[in-house]
Amino acid sequence: MEESDLEKRTGQVDNDVECTTWVEYWFEGELVHRSAHVHLKRGIEFGLEAADFN
Amino acid sequence: MANTQALCSAFKLDLLLGKHALHGTGVPARTISTADTYKAALYLASATYDATTTGYSATGEVGNSGSYTAGGPTVTWIAPAKTAGSASNGSSTTYTTLAANVQVTTFSATAFDAVLIYNDTVSGKPAVSVHTFGSQTITSGTFTLTMPTNDSSTGLVRLT
Repeated sequence: MEESDLEKRTGQVDNDVECTTWVEYWFEGELVHRSAHVHLKRGIEFGLEAADFN
Repeated sequence: MANTQALCSAFKLDLLLGKHALHGTGVPARTISTADTYKAALYLASATYDATTTGYSATGEVGNSGSYTAGGPTVTWIAPAKTAGSASNGSSTTYTTLAANVQVTTFSATAFDAVLIYNDTVSGKPAVSVHTFGSQTITSGTFTLTMPTNDSSTGLVRLT
């Protein structure tokens, strides 16, 4: 198959959690390649604290 | 001078460095002089990995494909750091992030949306954290998971 025979599609999602981009290549209506890049915007926070003696 | 009730900021950092064993139950008998090996396993959106997860399991994991093998790729952590904080507990944050992107090449997997970071050295492969993202399908391609900025606001794992 020639690269010129492929249909390229791209997409993006950007929200509070991630910024994700992807690229797809389609050949005669069939998905033949999909790559994605997920960029996490933040991790996880855990709270620790010391309590009173009662 | 005055005493202030607080969880010591250094304690949060020292937890990540394995300096404390508050109780003998479940503590592995070993001498720690180098960092443990950690891995990042990818899971299907149909799996159940969350705060109750105790360790790595192959249940619900994406299949072997391309550069991805069971258990996931090895990852390393940036040296944990902490903000200066103050005499009170609230303003110090200890944080760390994986040192590099998690990347899998020549890979195919359908509908996966989570990565489990776990300790591959210690018996039971104890879990660290589960991170979720929009469900992805990769077809003969590359999946790249880029880490957030390593600071006290966005670091991958933060103790406050």
